[in-house]
Amino acid sequence: MSLRTIVPLRRLAARRMALDRRSMASAARPATGPVSFALDDDQRGIQELAQSFTRDKIVPAAAEYDRSMAYPWPILKEAHSLGLLNTHIPEAYGGPELGLLECALVSESLAYGCTGIQTAMEANGLAEAPLIVAASHETKMKYLGRMTEEPLMAAYCVTEPGAGSDVAGIKTKAEKKGDKWVLNGSKMCTNAGHANWFFVLAVTDPSAPPSKGMTGFVVDADTQGIVLGKKEINMGQRCSDTRQVTFQDVVVPEENVLGKPGEGFKIAMKAFDITRPLVAAAAVGLAQRALEEATKYAQERKTMGQPIINHQGVAFMLADMAIGAEAARGLVWRAAWAKDCGERNTFYASMAKAFASKTAVENSNLGVQVFGGAGFNTEMPMEKLYRDAKIYELCTQLYSIGLFVS
Amino acid sequence: MRPTLPRLVNILVPVKRSIDYAVKIRVASDGKGVDTNVKHSMNPFDEIAVEEAIRLREKKSTKVDNITAISIGPAKAVDTIRTALAMGADSGIHITTPENAVVEPIAVANALKKIIDDKKFDLVIMGKQAIDDDSGSTGGMLAGLLGWSQGSFASKLEVEDGGKVHVTREIDGGLENIEAKLPMIVTTDLRLNEPRYASLPNIMKAKKKKIETFKPEDLGLDFTPRFETISVSEPPKRQGGGKVESVDELVSKMKEAGVI
Repeated sequence: MSLRTIVPLRRLAARRMALDRRSMASAARPATGPVSFALDDDQRGIQELAQSFTRDKIVPAAAEYDRSMAYPWPILKEAHSLGLLNTHIPEAYGGPELGLLECALVSESLAYGCTGIQTAMEANGLAEAPLIVAASHETKMKYLGRMTEEPLMAAYCVTEPGAGSDVAGIKTKAEKKGDKWVLNGSKMCTNAGHANWFFVLAVTDPSAPPSKGMTGFVVDADTQGIVLGKKEINMGQRCSDTRQVTFQDVVVPEENVLGKPGEGFKIAMKAFDITRPLVAAAAVGLAQRALEEATKYAQERKTMGQPIINHQGVAFMLADMAIGAEAARGLVWRAAWAKDCGERNTFYASMAKAFASKTAVENSNLGVQVFGGAGFNTEMPMEKLYRDAKIYELCTQLYSIGLFVS
Repeated sequence: MRPTLPRLVNILVPVKRSIDYAVKIRVASDGKGVDTNVKHSMNPFDEIAVEEAIRLREKKSTKVDNITAISIGPAKAVDTIRTALAMGADSGIHITTPENAVVEPIAVANALKKIIDDKKFDLVIMGKQAIDDDSGSTGGMLAGLLGWSQGSFASKLEVEDGGKVHVTREIDGGLENIEAKLPMIVTTDLRLNEPRYASLPNIMKAKKKKIETFKPEDLGLDFTPRFETISVSEPPKRQGGGKVESVDELVSKMKEAGVI
């Protein structure tokens, strides 16, 4: 997941107009088949597993990981052993090849426990998505196969300190020298400090328009010339590892090119169609957690002789939180279902991400309000949710960009 | 001496869909039960039973032929059977009852006896009690109906090749070790094991395993309740305590409260 820098909207608008307009989608054509909001046996079983794991392992550990900011290896390893990681890797490479809706159920359930821990998990999926979209069979065997065999992590390196929303403006270069590529540049990404390999987007043809001049590479983390920066200390999701990665004359073999040279931008964007609904699902998980913690507190805390939930002002806040969480979940399911039906889901995925991220921030804000003074206190769970929520309006897709795409 | 032929053991594990242990229970508005519109999951003691059956098979000190999970309950109880299949049981049996119907321990015991008589099981591993009604009686009733040995509140279970069984039981005074022979009923206590999570691949594989479905009438069973619940109420709210300054004051307060 990339931390995006904020770009002035009018400059962005000009660039966007010039780009391919396919992202300004009109309403999706109807897919055949019944719509159902009920989950089938597999989906219920998978959701049950994710929820039990979250309740037993993630929830009790979340506050300590937030304080220590230690990378949550024990939890990641256990989740891996249960098959909760790498859920969209195809069966041929050892993965469960879950549909996007099932992945959304898992993401929401795990994020309910701690979004910092869940982000580390989701960043894996983000790095794997471009390979699933465009890598050759051999590359998939090599890099996806190892992810299912062992609990390894990977990182998606697109964002740079100077280019976030403006992916077309990245500066990392890859030059062909003989039969190898040489990478030079700096990226800012999640899981960088613990990744076994990176997906890197680099400019290969500066004279071509951005949609044709970039290439996607898979780079082993132990390749010479990769320099890791310090772990960034963020407002929230503190156990998740975000840092600068600098590539200094990093040599990458030809077979590590994804698809063909020049297809990089397209591949990176297609990866988002898989992962944007899942990041939105995680935001829903946080929104739901805020709602439940606030409701529990409101049922116990008394003022003026009664539980505060009996005061309409508080009850109305909880109602708003509940409505937001349900609506966000609906949009996430819609975006996931569209992709599973084989449709382009960019339209719904952007809406889901925009709305879910706004809901996460609003719910955690209202949650702190319901907790009153205690909401500010680190002994209560709400302040962590408040700090963790904001990133959802910033990462993967700035809220403003989401409005733009819709 | 001729070696004894390895005995193949068929294990039956009854599992109950009960209110999830983490749910905050509320009395229903009619005062005759609790609010059941809440999260349900497999009775925790039954999870321990499923886990123990699977561990027996993995231990290989005895040859387990088949582990069957059985549940007596409404349509949704099939989820509970699927969880058992995902954990490692081989097949399932579902005796369906109407939604919200009460099935008393004696009815469950009779149903299990019928299944055991028809399908020939050697070992039944079941929870010592269900956390919703806390009856704790089905295991004992079943042993009585079948005339089998029982090892209840098991915190350790060993089954030897040849059918000899060692059970360590948790009792008030400590631990009791008993020895018995198959066929047998064992009821599980908390410290017997820690159940595994059903992994995601196993959850998806579980749908290939067979579940047989029966209605009580098909098996000649009558689940009509023998008891009527008159009322259900919350326990009295805890009264606040008080501080005392001396032992004498403590004694006089205790006399006041009628405790001594």
